[in-house]
Amino acid sequence: MTAPRDKFGRPIVVVTGMGIVTSLGGGKTDNWKRLTAGESGIKTVTRFPLDSLKTTMAGAVDFVTVDPFSSTSLSQRLAEIATEEALEQAGIGSKGDFPGPLFLAVAPIETEWPQRLEVAREVPTKDFGIIEYLATCSGGKFAHFHRRFTFGSVALNLAETFGTKGSPISLSTACASGATAIQLGVEAIRRGETDATLCIATDGSVNPEAMVRFSLLSALSTQNDPPQAASKPFSKNRDGFVMAEGAGALVLESYDAAMARGARILGVVAGCGELTDSFHRTRSSPDGKPAIGCVRKTLADAGMEPEQIDHINAHGTSTPENDKMEYLATSAVFGEHTKNIPVSSNKSMVGHTISAAGAVEAIFSLLTLEHQRIPPTINYEVPDPAIPFDVVGNKARDAKVTAVMSNSFGFGGQNASLILTREPA
Amino acid sequence: MAEKEVWITGVGLLSSLGEGLDAHWEALGARRVNADEKRLAPYVIHPIAPVSFDAQIPKKGDQRQMEAWQRIGTYAAGLALDSAGVKGNQEILSRMDMIIAAGGGERDLNVDLAIMNADAQGKLPPALLNEKLMNELRPTLFLAQLSNLLAGNIAIVHGVCGTSRTFMGEEASSIDAARIAVARIGAGQSDIALVGAAHNGDRGDLLMLYAFGDLALKDQHSSVWARRNNPGFAIGSAGAFLVMESREHAEARGAKPYAKLTKVVADLARRKEPGAVTKSLEALWPQLGVSGDNGILITGATGAEPATAEERAFLSQHAGFAVRATGTTFGHTMEAQFPLGLALAALSISRGALYPANDPTGLEVEKTEAPTQIVVLGVGHWQGEGMALVEAVS
Repeated sequence: MTAPRDKFGRPIVVVTGMGIVTSLGGGKTDNWKRLTAGESGIKTVTRFPLDSLKTTMAGAVDFVTVDPFSSTSLSQRLAEIATEEALEQAGIGSKGDFPGPLFLAVAPIETEWPQRLEVAREVPTKDFGIIEYLATCSGGKFAHFHRRFTFGSVALNLAETFGTKGSPISLSTACASGATAIQLGVEAIRRGETDATLCIATDGSVNPEAMVRFSLLSALSTQNDPPQAASKPFSKNRDGFVMAEGAGALVLESYDAAMARGARILGVVAGCGELTDSFHRTRSSPDGKPAIGCVRKTLADAGMEPEQIDHINAHGTSTPENDKMEYLATSAVFGEHTKNIPVSSNKSMVGHTISAAGAVEAIFSLLTLEHQRIPPTINYEVPDPAIPFDVVGNKARDAKVTAVMSNSFGFGGQNASLILTREPA
Repeated sequence: MAEKEVWITGVGLLSSLGEGLDAHWEALGARRVNADEKRLAPYVIHPIAPVSFDAQIPKKGDQRQMEAWQRIGTYAAGLALDSAGVKGNQEILSRMDMIIAAGGGERDLNVDLAIMNADAQGKLPPALLNEKLMNELRPTLFLAQLSNLLAGNIAIVHGVCGTSRTFMGEEASSIDAARIAVARIGAGQSDIALVGAAHNGDRGDLLMLYAFGDLALKDQHSSVWARRNNPGFAIGSAGAFLVMESREHAEARGAKPYAKLTKVVADLARRKEPGAVTKSLEALWPQLGVSGDNGILITGATGAEPATAEERAFLSQHAGFAVRATGTTFGHTMEAQFPLGLALAALSISRGALYPANDPTGLEVEKTEAPTQIVVLGVGHWQGEGMALVEAVS
């Protein structure tokens, strides 16, 4: 018997385990229930003082705590929770022994303010400079900060906890990171290097400096009151994204390997595509060409025609530029078919989970395929006439969904798209 | 299916020794080392050599949008594209894949120090942190710090616009960048890729992380093999980039190879057990396909312990190899460690000679024959290790 391959002769890549944490809750069941009920996880931030900030709300995951707090430790904890759920569902390997490599999307790491200040308080000299400060850093008392804040630390700890094989890869492609982690996993399986990969994307970045940085770039919504109404993708009065935390974990396997061990197949990663935009550091090319190319590459990779896509899980950040560009790019590729495609943005409810978004939204796309029900885009009260998508506004919609395109576009010209299907094509 | 052969057809280097391959070859031959023991004393650093960035980053506006690490990287990437003969070739650049290994960019140390001093003096109620950050951080500094914005700048300045992936995680990130690029080209998932990293060692804010671990070299520069009583790495500065492509793709466009990159392997030793690094390297070695026991090995050995002692234990099992440690000459360039090793291996093969040893301890020995194979070794100061085999094209 010949092994089942896709139309290009490559191993088919399937999903056999998924785990998720967002501001809506922990686990697929809770998330799906609240997502399809149109609930928002966006709240006024309580983690730190909000004085002087223009934006005061976020989709922070406050029901998971780490002590001492750092965004890096929270990112790691969120990733662990999502991964435990994914591995339990997949039933692959054994505890602490995952039979494949790890691809981790994670925010760039650096020493954070609470830790910087902890050291500063120990510097013996007044009006110290960097050299005096460095002298206090050294001596071993703060060695644990090196272990915590190296860029590879989250991947190292996850690799040790879950027993993934080989050198774990930590990656950042900004807001496309989660999609890139999945893409790297798909490519490894297609090359025949491994039968299984663990793809995790996590972000726990709601801290003062991160909020300030995005705020200074005028990227965040300032519609603070009520916080649940701030994220309004595709609405005329949208004014920016809402930062959020979360994690998504997926177990990818070759179709053969999954079948051989009798695993339940949750969906297929039929295609991935990526194309870089060289227009600007934070803005997409206004003609949408790179995003158009990205979507076309993804269709080509899946060997599918535009007409076969029956739902788009949009990047839909709720920034004025992104949503407009996303419509432009979509309509350029899908033409007349655009109006037949229900489009929705999960970010209206969970906010923008940044490094995690690509994986979180891939999981929501797979749940959409499973339940044949499209989660709504909430806060869709004033449709933007320049974006005539068939937006699934405010209420979930039952629909026949066979193939979902999930888009991610990020700072630095990062564009990545995935096509997820229920069954192998 | 047979894997495609991967050629290194472009090499771009900018470091504390200077810019370009000729300058590096000359400096290596003269055993030159540009270390600075004063600027951030007691820490020893290797600052980047003076360079006019205009040659590769013509728009001042672009230069202003970057911090030093991004300028170093974007510059070296341009050199690599030039050397591969693809600079400005829209058709190729628009489908060229990019894998960058990156840490984070420079912080505004003045702002940080002002906040830390205020706090230490009890003058920073929690609410004031926000105000200081909102008022004093430059909006565009964020973009100079984000890891994936080195790739973003390379796309903007040079037009490398196929896929763009940024790996993070200190030394291992660049080993994996090379490993994934070779795997993708070998399997036909990519035809041509730009792979590399940049590091600026002239940064007090960066030293913080390594001061926590007492990992940074203090007081005096020395050969990495002579640091047993004063271990640590001198932070280095380098941009090291390679253009890698399938043999077919290179031949079709008439590109000449510096060398071929036969294999890249990597692993993550569980370092809580003593000797784990030595064992991991021993397990990786047979996967490379090294012929003979008297070859050449270029290592990024950092001088930090216990990683360097464990690497020495591995090297002592291969005592016939002529070893060169980039750490002595360039300092430890962190994410750029591995591409720097690959670049020097490709350069040595293309020049038909190995550059002289620079080590008073005698661990490094001279080698006169023209190299046909060079092993490049990278051991992370804290995690991750890997190696590559660079060979002459037959």
